[in-house]
This record gives sequence, structure tokens and C-alpha cells, in this order.
Amino acid sequence: MKVDEMGGVNAPSSAPHGDEGHGHEENYEPVFTGAARAELDEILTRYPTKMAALLPALWIVQRERGWVSESSIAETAQALSLTPAYVKGVVTFYTMYHQHPVGKYFIQVCTTSPCGVCGAEGVRDAFLKHTGCGDLGVTSGDGKYTVIEVECLGACGFATPVMINEEFVESVTPAKVPEILKGLR
Amino acid sequence: MGFPHPSSPKETPVLSQYFGDAEARTVEGWRTRGGYQALETALRMEPAEIVNIVKESGLRGRGGAGFPTGIKWSFMKPGDGKPHYLCCNADESEPGTFKDREIMRWTPHALIEGCAIGAYAIGAETAYIYIRGEFTEPLRVMDKAVRDAYAAGILGENAMGSGKRVDVHVHKGAGAYICGEETALMNSLEGKRGNPRIKPPFPAVAGLFGKPTTINNVETLAAVPHILNRGAAWYKSMSLSNPKSAGTKLFSVCGNIAKPGNYEVVLGFPFKDFLYDVCGGPLPGRKFKAVIPGGSSVPIQTMAEAEATLMDYEGFIAQGSMLGSGGVIVLDDSQCMIKVIARLTRFYAHESCAQCTQCREGTAWVTRIMERIEAGSGTMQDLDTLLELSENMTGKTICVLSDSCAAPVVSGIQKFRDEFEAHITGKRCPMRTAVAA
Repeated sequence: MKVDEMGGVNAPSSAPHGDEGHGHEENYEPVFTGAARAELDEILTRYPTKMAALLPALWIVQRERGWVSESSIAETAQALSLTPAYVKGVVTFYTMYHQHPVGKYFIQVCTTSPCGVCGAEGVRDAFLKHTGCGDLGVTSGDGKYTVIEVECLGACGFATPVMINEEFVESVTPAKVPEILKGLR
Repeated sequence: MGFPHPSSPKETPVLSQYFGDAEARTVEGWRTRGGYQALETALRMEPAEIVNIVKESGLRGRGGAGFPTGIKWSFMKPGDGKPHYLCCNADESEPGTFKDREIMRWTPHALIEGCAIGAYAIGAETAYIYIRGEFTEPLRVMDKAVRDAYAAGILGENAMGSGKRVDVHVHKGAGAYICGEETALMNSLEGKRGNPRIKPPFPAVAGLFGKPTTINNVETLAAVPHILNRGAAWYKSMSLSNPKSAGTKLFSVCGNIAKPGNYEVVLGFPFKDFLYDVCGGPLPGRKFKAVIPGGSSVPIQTMAEAEATLMDYEGFIAQGSMLGSGGVIVLDDSQCMIKVIARLTRFYAHESCAQCTQCREGTAWVTRIMERIEAGSGTMQDLDTLLELSENMTGKTICVLSDSCAAPVVSGIQKFRDEFEAHITGKRCPMRTAVAA
């Protein structure tokens, strides 16, 4: 499908629809108002198509809301003259857009082979134990932590790198995990 | 230099000279280190002159494929009436590779300068730097550097007072290894799922937004200002092996080795000297067992092969592997090859975009078999199945992700077959008890 045709194929309805999978957002407040709208407008000037602003727009959504809900997908689609189905297809392709709410601290432990041979699995297990998450992708009971395995963070010389929200912690060993978690409180 | 370790006297720091030097991150700091002179000169030259210098320098792509940069640039036809684009591939996601991260963290203006020169040379007014979403610090540093470069009049509609327009934008990815493939990157930049495109048409004909596009790796573009400043002959003369491989190259070293980090050496440097001297050799009490020298997508080398290698495009091929991205993954005698390879195939299964059947099914199938063998439930027939699957996954898909998954499997079975057989006949991993003991 050509870029320019997307907007006209199936124009999104004016009202963002409900979010049955993750709780109905009856009182959805749009993201793209005020400063966020101005930010998106500036981003749009960088590209010859509106569609190219989709990844940046979704990053704004995630920054403001912590995750990308069905309502936000519909709103983003409308802002860029795309269809919600198209936007959802893009959201689900990329691993970094959260399709569910996650813990206050989103902890990604790199366990790909270069880190794996330096003991990354032990680091992963230590995070699961000390956060109380128990299992990968599960948010701790207090809503504080979600731990996942991530594929190569591109910091292999500093094994094991762990990404906590927007920050990298490098050269993590299982013994350092309690101290790192203490620093988050 | 061997960031984060002190530089080795055997290194030749060109790109990495200012790693760890926070002042080099600022416009003024970069200028006092000779920065932006090359761009100023370039904007007063004819684009074709710049392309010729880069051609003569012998610079080849540092992202993996090793295509001659000047020739790639010469595919862009001036005066065709279409907008041209430059893409900088900063999606560095190849397991074992973390060199572009350091270039962006420490010398963001080197990359901006290289992008601006490249864009002007190919007749483009706009360059996009596509940085993987996980690189939060490089993204922050590059964002600031781009803003500062605009504020200083280096970028924009009158770049460095030349009357020529050069825009550079940073674009943040969102987590997908496949977006390091050039056409997947372009789809992703256009706001689409990152599926690689069928070629032809090649990017120089129809690339980003359907327009003529050149795409280069971070390290390639960062080398360009040095070439313009010091001349093609200087760059071409840096070779310890053969004239097809010239210049310096950053190698990211990780895994079971004393001093992991980034090291910059002249192409053709002896790999044995590199591993045992520059990088400090094995960890105490350990012996090296194998090396994956060019990121996880290249064939595994035995130590005999690695120790006989000259580090250049031809040298790694002559010793059973490839230079690739320069991400050197070192494995010592405490590692189980089956476990390492199984984890790599799981990586590729996770990252397959699933367009092509051979890749979508093959990466997952290979992973199931590898994990079965690792768990001690494999059969000898599994080895034949793995080789047959790998054959069907190589050279048959839109991009090379599928081939990359097959590479460690095939080279692993060829070079470390005894370890596979030990898992199958012993019905468990022989290393597991050895390490525990």
C-alpha cells in the first residue's frame, strides 16, 4: 500500500473507541494537546509524510501515559490520518511499546549469548527474586517492578547491562542487584 | 583507544581518539579538536570531488557488508530532479557489537559532520540518523549535539554560511533487530513495520520515501571527515595486509576475555596479537575455545583459525568466517557451545520479521532442536536435520536474517561436532557437571 493512500482508505472515526482488552477508557484524555501537540507538529516538519511521524508519536504517547492503549492507538491514528488497525500493526511489531501497563520500574536484562556467557542468567534470576516478580513479564504485587529478558542491548563489553526505564546499568552481577534495587526506592 | 580500558600502544586511534573525553561532545570542544573543518571544506567543493576522494581512500562499509563507500555514493545520480536522502544506520543491534554506541556517546559531532558531508556529496539535503530505541544515552547525546549544531549555524538552510541546505534529524527506533537491515530501516523510518523490502529496486534507485537513498553505518560516516582532512592517500596507506582493506576499524570485544571494550586497529592487524595482547588474553585459569569475530551472524572460528587470521575483510574469510560488524565474541573453555548456539538461534527466532517462510519457520524450528539437544534429548538425526534446515534457510529469503541464524549452527556442527555428539550420547550437557565440580 502506498504511503499517500493510507489516510484515505478508511478514515478513523472521530471518537476513540473503547479498550476492551485492558479496561474501557471511558474518560480518555487525549495525549496530543498543548505541548505534546506542538511537539508532534514540530516532528512532522522533519518528514515528507505524516506516517513517518508514527514512531515518534507513539514514543510521546508512551512517555505521557506509560503504555500504548487502544484509545491512544485510535488517537494517534487520527492525529496522523492513519487507521487504528494500521497503527496497531506497527505498535505490535516493535518490542519497546508497552501494550499493557507495566511496573513503575521496567527492568530489562540482556541475556543474549555475549552476556549469557558472562553470567546474565544469574542476573536475571536475582532481579526476579529480589523484586518479588517471580516470573518474567509479571508485575510485582506492589506495582513497582516488571522484569523481562531483552535481546542484545548493544553493550556487550559491559556485561551484564540492565536497562531500568530509560537508564542503563552496566557490568551488573547478581550480588549487585539488591543494591541497585535499593537505589530505586 | 580501548575504552573503557587505557589505550594499547598497538592501537591506531582515529575514530576513538576522543572516547572518554567529555569536552569533545560539545560544538566548541569538537572545533578545537579540528572538527567541522572538513565539512566547511566539503561545502565549497563539487560533490563529485568528495565522492572521488572517498573512492580513492578505499573506505569500505563498516556495518557488515564491506561495500566500497565511494562507489555506493556514486550510484546517486546528480540532477535527476528528485529529492535524495542519506540514512545513517545507528540501529547497532548485532549481538557482540557496541562500537557505534561509543562513537555517538563520545563524538556525536563526528557523526553529524560525516552525515552532513555524505548528504552533500550524494545531492541530499536531508540525513536521518536512525538510532535503536534502547540507546537512550546515545539518543540524548545525539539529540543535543544536533540542536547545538543547528544553533551554531552548522546545519540548516545555510550550513556553515555556504548557502547550501543540510538538515540532520535523529529518529528513534522502537526495538527490532531487523531494522538494522537497510530496507527494513527505511520502512521503519517511514512509520511502517520493519519488514525488509525485496531488492531490486536498490535504495539508490528507490529508497526512503521511494526516493534515491544512500545508507551508511555510523562508523563509515564518522571516518569521512578524517579522510577529507588528511587525504585519501593517508587513509589508503593504513593497511597491514592488502590494499583492498584500508583504514582503521573499531572492534568491540566481549565475552570471556580479560579486557572487553572497543579497540581501534589498522586493518590487517594480527588477530592473535589482538586477542592475547591488546585485549589481555583469557581470564585467569581459562583458555580460549572459540571466537565469533564479526557479530553473531558470522561463522564461528576455532582458535586455530582465529590465531591465523589477519583482521580485515579478506583475512576473516580466509579463516572460515567474516569481518562483519567487528563485534568479537570470545568464548572460553567454561562455555558449552550448544548452549551458546541455542541462545543465538533463539535470538534470531525472536527477531525474525516473519515475512519469509524459511526464516519464520526455520529459526523457530532450529531453536527447538538446539534446545532439545542442549537438554540431552537430541538424536544423531537431529544434526542432519539441522544441516538440512540451515541449507534451506541460506540464500532463499528477502534478507539475510535467516542465513545469519544458520551460520552459527552450521559452523558449530562442522567445528565442534564432538560437543554436539557428547550431548546426544551422554543425554545431558557434559559441561554442566564439569563446571559445577
